[in-house]
Amino acid sequence: MPDQFLFATEVFLNGLMAGVLYALVALGFVLIYKASGIFNYAQGVMALFAAMTLVGIMDGQVPFSHLINAIFGTDIHHFGWHVPGLLAILLTAGVMVVFAWLVQRVVMRHLVGQHTIILFMATIGLAYFLEGMSDLMWGSEIKKLDVGLPQGGSLWIEEMTASLGTDNFYGFFIDNLDIVATIVAVLLVIGLVLFSQYTKEGRAMRAVADDHQAALSVGISLNFIWVLVWSVAGFVALVAGIMWGTKSGVQFSLSLIALKALPVLMLGGFTSIPGAIVGGLIIGVGEKMFEFAIGPLVGGATENWFAYVLALLFLVFRPQGLFGDKIIERV
Amino acid sequence: MKDMEQGYVTEDGRKIGGVVMEMKNITLRFGGVVAIQDISFDIREGEIRAIIGPNGAGKSSMLNVISGFYVPQEGEVWFHGAKRPKLRPYEVAQQGIARTFQNIALFEGMSVLDNVMTGRLSYMKSGMVAQALWKGKAEAEEVANREVAEKVIDFLEIQHIRKTPVGRLPYGLKKRVELARALAAEPKILLLDEPMAGMNVEEKEDMSRFILDVNDEFGTTICLIEHDMGVVMDLSDRVVVMDYGKKIGDGTPEEVRNNQDVIDAYLGVSND
Repeated sequence: MPDQFLFATEVFLNGLMAGVLYALVALGFVLIYKASGIFNYAQGVMALFAAMTLVGIMDGQVPFSHLINAIFGTDIHHFGWHVPGLLAILLTAGVMVVFAWLVQRVVMRHLVGQHTIILFMATIGLAYFLEGMSDLMWGSEIKKLDVGLPQGGSLWIEEMTASLGTDNFYGFFIDNLDIVATIVAVLLVIGLVLFSQYTKEGRAMRAVADDHQAALSVGISLNFIWVLVWSVAGFVALVAGIMWGTKSGVQFSLSLIALKALPVLMLGGFTSIPGAIVGGLIIGVGEKMFEFAIGPLVGGATENWFAYVLALLFLVFRPQGLFGDKIIERV
Repeated sequence: MKDMEQGYVTEDGRKIGGVVMEMKNITLRFGGVVAIQDISFDIREGEIRAIIGPNGAGKSSMLNVISGFYVPQEGEVWFHGAKRPKLRPYEVAQQGIARTFQNIALFEGMSVLDNVMTGRLSYMKSGMVAQALWKGKAEAEEVANREVAEKVIDFLEIQHIRKTPVGRLPYGLKKRVELARALAAEPKILLLDEPMAGMNVEEKEDMSRFILDVNDEFGTTICLIEHDMGVVMDLSDRVVVMDYGKKIGDGTPEEVRNNQDVIDAYLGVSND
């Protein structure tokens, strides 16, 4: 097989993997949007907060230590214990549930029935609050996250594929972490689809998204469903935070991955879980392939804008995205 | 006689039981506006009870009090012989009081079948994981719920649109789907808010027939609101008449029809 083709295949595969990571972030957006019609600007920051909390718990960091030290003149930073990865993940998930409950209790409950732009503004406020909160709780330095996920290129795949090309070809380089992320994403999506299609809570979630009054009249508690939705979104944020945090360290820029989720959502549609996945994959693959094929002709760095241009094209020709609900305007 | 505790049998042979719900001295205000003023009435098991009155009489407010959407400032709601505490609308629904809305509140994005199935949500008791994996008790439960939903769909003759998204249906059918969803909950009391509003004569006749059949077939207690007097008189066993937030009449259609206050409210009083 010609090397050029093999390289292209490798780029394609890596694009798929990158796409999975985009999709993970986009999923969180879709969940909240579907269930409450809110575009949750804070989703990216929630991933950052989740990752920070996870690292903090694992390292036995004292939350708010800077604040405590400044007020009481103490000098405490660590509890002096280390929490194993899995337990820390469970604890962090618990923190995200508490966070979801607080969001509902303190913010969203008072905005029921408001115009969606108001709710959107509220999530912007929430994003800045949470950003400051995570700094205050855990400090702002860049941290390493290692919950025991395999990292680095997969030697096995490299060896298996090395023989395909000529001597110039060393085999496919595929990051183990990307493979894990893909598996996790697939499991997550299957879980979410089963949850929203077949469980009572999932059905109630869809009902609430559609019509509040009707939902109340069939016995659904709006408050409970919203807490549930924000919890699930928090959990998805945690998963995205773990993957991205392991890949590139836990730091402020983690919250900016939300920007990458926007074109994914425009492609896939804001209301479709499979759409988020397919959209993510298209963006991931498209971005890498475009860079590979066209990049050298225009001086590279196409990855920075390719996704947004693609999203723009979609906005013009198919504003509801590939899988989104059709926008029907009755006059 | 109709005032017996034990209930009575109507002329067409339906059994009317004892009192299921009793409104005692309900008063509801919105700021300075009194929407309902000191109204009491009861609903008996198995009957079709109508609340009628001209526009703005407070009929919908009364229905909203029964279904928990409004909380009255004064008065008590008694349900199954016990005073009902302050409940949220979804808790009232869970107690077995289903309703429809004047302006139709359906899940527009879902199919007719899915809409009707939401009426069964309170009956889904098995665990979340079991439901997701379709295992054990969840499967039997889903099948049973589905059976009820299909029965209701058959009954209201909407089989042909089972899979159609509700948003695409015409008004008359939407009203019927809403009724189906309420009925799927197998309610103890079914509240209908202007079920015939905005319909043409043919649709009104259809809806009347369905209401009668539902009551006859399932023995469902129905409380409905209507401002079209003609329709109501043919349908209901007993009628409450409201005007400007007050009760001006209560009794069988004949009694109400001959009540001078009611005639005045509907036809206006001459100032001679």
